[in-house]
Parts: sequence; structure tokens; C-alpha cells
Amino acid sequence: MLNLLGKRLLQLIPTLFFVSVIIFSLQQLLPGDPALIMAGEERDPAVIEQIRRQYHLDQPIPVQYFYWVKGVLSGNLGESMRIHVPVLDLILQKLPVTIQLASMAIVIALAIGITAGIISAVKKNTVWDYVANAFALWGISTPNFWLGIMLIFLFSVKLGWLPASGYVPLTEDWRASLASTIMPAFVLGNAIAAILMRHTRSAMLQVLESDYVRTARAKGLLERTVILKHAMRNALTPVITLGALEFGTLLSGAVLTEQIFTIPGFGKLIIDAVFNRDYAVVQGVVLVTATVYIALNLLADIAYVLVNPRLRS
Amino acid sequence: MNMVDVAVNAKLPSASESFETPLRRALRRLFRRKSAVFGLAIVVFFVALAVFAPLLSPYDPTAQSWTLVRNEPSVAHWFGTDDLGRDILARIIFGTRASLMAGVISVGIALSIGVPLGLAAGFLGGLLDALISRMTDAMLACPFLILAIALAAFLGPSLGNAMIAIGVTATPIFVRLTRGQVLAVKMEDYVEAARAVGNPRWRIVFVHILPNIMPALLVQATLSIAAAIIAEAALSFLGLGQQPPAPSWGSMLNSAQRFLVNAPWMAVWPGLAIFLTVLSFNLVGDGLRDALDPRESGRG
Repeated sequence: MLNLLGKRLLQLIPTLFFVSVIIFSLQQLLPGDPALIMAGEERDPAVIEQIRRQYHLDQPIPVQYFYWVKGVLSGNLGESMRIHVPVLDLILQKLPVTIQLASMAIVIALAIGITAGIISAVKKNTVWDYVANAFALWGISTPNFWLGIMLIFLFSVKLGWLPASGYVPLTEDWRASLASTIMPAFVLGNAIAAILMRHTRSAMLQVLESDYVRTARAKGLLERTVILKHAMRNALTPVITLGALEFGTLLSGAVLTEQIFTIPGFGKLIIDAVFNRDYAVVQGVVLVTATVYIALNLLADIAYVLVNPRLRS
Repeated sequence: MNMVDVAVNAKLPSASESFETPLRRALRRLFRRKSAVFGLAIVVFFVALAVFAPLLSPYDPTAQSWTLVRNEPSVAHWFGTDDLGRDILARIIFGTRASLMAGVISVGIALSIGVPLGLAAGFLGGLLDALISRMTDAMLACPFLILAIALAAFLGPSLGNAMIAIGVTATPIFVRLTRGQVLAVKMEDYVEAARAVGNPRWRIVFVHILPNIMPALLVQATLSIAAAIIAEAALSFLGLGQQPPAPSWGSMLNSAQRFLVNAPWMAVWPGLAIFLTVLSFNLVGDGLRDALDPRESGRG
């Protein structure tokens, strides 16, 4: 187990190195002089020169990369050009909002996706299976920004049940907080539910054909016991680890969802940064996202080994 | 029934079945799947809309009229008009071009970078493989849309840059798929045989390996077009794709969001168009995967 962990950690070093190269390279894509672009409306040569020195833009690219990585490793992701706040502080400030939204989305996705997947596998080739498959196809094909707009139209404009936009922190008023996040959480969870449904269905179909399920049935156990106690427990192990890998989908979705519902989270931060040409924030958000994704990937691998005794040896 | 009976009663393949080419067999299986045929029909419909847009469109998609601002669907304007009095149907028809072009071109970019890299990594192995694989892992660690947004932001907002951003972001999927397929295929006897008779390496890769990994690439490409269409719509929705006044389904949804109370039809049609196009490519992709899956051969 420790060997495996060590091996996986070693593999992460080159991956993290390339992630840093990709994110640093984004800055090189800016057409023209990056110092001029970073200065924005400011045209004072002294300010431009100061930016050039501050970001080591007067140095060769490998030296610029070295300084950038050095900063990142010491927790310095740069400073927002617009509001002059450290990027890391901005990210840490916005992250709890997205974590709340993402947690609710995951709960919704697990509840819908796993239930639909199990029903679909158990009732294979019946109306239930077709409906569940249609749901999965719908979830995968529906752009979440459109679904968000349609839900606002239905639940906010027409029925007036939920607020169309805005965010109330959980600590302030939990009811209002849930009301302000339930729609965006559903929008986010919907696509992941569809993916989870497909994974669950295929894992369940595989498990339902295995010998130990046949034995359980031969012993005369109730079908419900066979499915819930014997089949589901084993089928869900890979599904949950695969679910962890859907983190990327979740964050990608959060970018658009937070924009539509005006939720001041991690996703909205990157969009605002894009519109304000606040490139250090864009780089910081991509870096943090990629690092968290890699960490989750590692945790999913470890969890998979932990719950699967055959892999432990 | 004993084994002899089974052998005697077994249905022999007809002459036409036994001489069927793999392509013909795959097409036969594809066309037998109703959902895939439905998807294919919608794809053909949208391609026709894109190609014949000037002939099919009832109005100029950019023509504004202050007397027609936010008119609800009517006989004159089937899908209604938008906040600048433009005909929504005309903009949907012309918007098909941006969406399909973005889907096809960005996947083309991803294929043209990803497949050669995957072939090199899988076939040559060694340090090059390690380098390409770690690079691919690094790109896959950045969520698809977030990386596409970052790339589009740094490149500047335009449909061309959005297509480059989506294409580059989708590349690692093709690198990984191609590499995996090459690793599986290069151990096959026919590749060994090709090597044994002295074929040069480039010939083994392009004549013996590439054609055999095409089915998997085709399936992935079809599904990636669906993802690329959503990504283009998302970038246009955020103002990073097609620029106004040129029509794009994503940017139409962006402006529709502001008029949801008074003109909900502005949001319905572009969203439905994106949904139908993406759904159709997903249906065709799923159908192709089933049709090209060797495990299906016994059932075909």
C-alpha cells in the first residue's frame, strides 16, 4: 500500500511540472507586450516599467518561469491587477461558496444517478430502463446554462418559488441559503447524475451476472436483499471513485452556473477575471483547479485500492 | 439436444453475410439502431440548414428593426424576434454554421495534433512516451471548459480563437485514446508479420496500425463534436466566442437571459437547437460505438 502511494506520488511530480508549464505558458499567448496589457488603461512608462520589473518580464522566459514557480511554491499566486488583492486570498474567499454548491450538486447527482442506474440495470430492457437511459442522454446533451435559464423562467419568473439570482451564506440564514442554491445545485448535479447513472448501470449489470449474486439468489434470498446487500455494495465501489473524477465536470459547470445565478464563487471569479483582463487570477484559478483535481485523482486511486482487497495485495 | 444436434442445426452464415466487409457490417448495424438513425437524421437536417442557410432563412439574420423589438412568435416570425428586432429563426438557421463549424474544426484540430502524438507515444515508447503521457496527464488535470476559457481569454475573443482553444483542450483525449489503441494493436500478429517482412516503421504505423484504430477514433470524434458544440456555445454565451452581430446560439442565449420575463421565446429556441444538435451527435456516437464494437459481432 505504501509502495503504491509512493509510486503514485512520484508520478505526480512530472504531471505537476507540466501543469505549471501549461499555466505559465498561457501568459505567453497574450498578443504584444504583456506589461502593456497588464497595465490596462495606464500608459505611464514608469508604471509599465515597474510591472515589467515586478513580474520579471524583462528577464528571459525560463527565468520568468523560475520566479513564477518559486512564488507558487511559497503560496504566492500573484496579485489581482484590478483590486490589488493576493490571488490566493481571492480564491480562498470564494472557495467556500463553490464548495457548498458543489456538495449540494454531488448529493443531488448521487441520489438521482445511482437510483436511476440501479433501477435501469435491475429492470433491464423495460420501460424503466428506457426512461433512465433517456434521462442520461438528456442530462449529457443539455447545456447547463440553458437548463439554468429555463429553471429561472419556471421557478422564479412564472411560479415565484425561488430567487432568480444571488447568494445567501449558510451561516446567515440557512433557509434562504438553500433557496438560493438549490436551483444552481440541481443544474450542476444534473449532468453528473447522467454520467453516474451510466456508470452505475454498467457496474450493476456486470455484478448482477456474477456467481456470488447467482448463489445469493439460489439460497432463496429476497430479490431486494440480493440487490441492495450483495450487488449494490460491490457495484458502487468503482462508481464512487469514478464520481470523484467528475470533479472537473463540476468545476467547469460551476463557471457557467455561477455566472447565470450570480453566485459569487470560484467559477464567477474566473469569468470576472477574464472580463477584467486580470490574467494572474485566471492563471491562479486554473492552477488551483488542476492541483485539486490531481489530489482528488490520487485520493480516488487510494480509496479504490482500500476498498478492493484484491488490489491491496 | 447434444453437441452434434447443435452443430447440425446451427444456422450457417449466408453468402452475403460471410463476404461482408467490416465497413458494410458496421453500417448495417448502425442503421439497425433506431436511435442512431434518428440522430443521424437530425445531424443531416442541421448540416442542410448550415449549407443552405441563405436559401432557407426567411430574413437577414443581422437586420434590425425598431418596430419589431421582442415580438412574440407569429406567422411572419415563427420563432419571434429578439431585443433588436432581428428574426430569431433566421439567427438560429445561420447560427447552425458557427456551431457545426466549431464542432468539426475544433475536433479536427484535436485529431490532427492528438493522433500523431498518440501514435508516436504508443509505437515508439520510451522517453518520448513518458514525456507525451505526462504532458497529457497535465492537460487532462485542467477541467475542459476552464482551460478552454483560459485559453480563449488569453488568445482574445473570436470564433476562430474559441475553436483553437476547444481543439487544443480536447487534444489530450485523442492522445490518450490513440496511444492506448496503438499499444493494443501493435502486439497483434498482423503487425508482427508486417514487421517481419521488413516494412519500414512509418509504413507499419500508417498502413497497418492507423486503419485498425480508426473505429475507436471515429466514435470518440463524434462524441467530441457534441462536447465541442456545447463548449463553443458556452464560450459564446460568455462573450469569448462568436462576436456580435454574427449569430451564434450561445450569444443568443446570453442576450435572452436579460429578457426572460418579457420575451422567454428568445431563450427557448437557441437552447433547443443546441440540445438537439448535441443529442444527435451523442446518439450517432453511441450507435457507432455499438456498431463498431467487436463484442457485438455475435449479435449482428
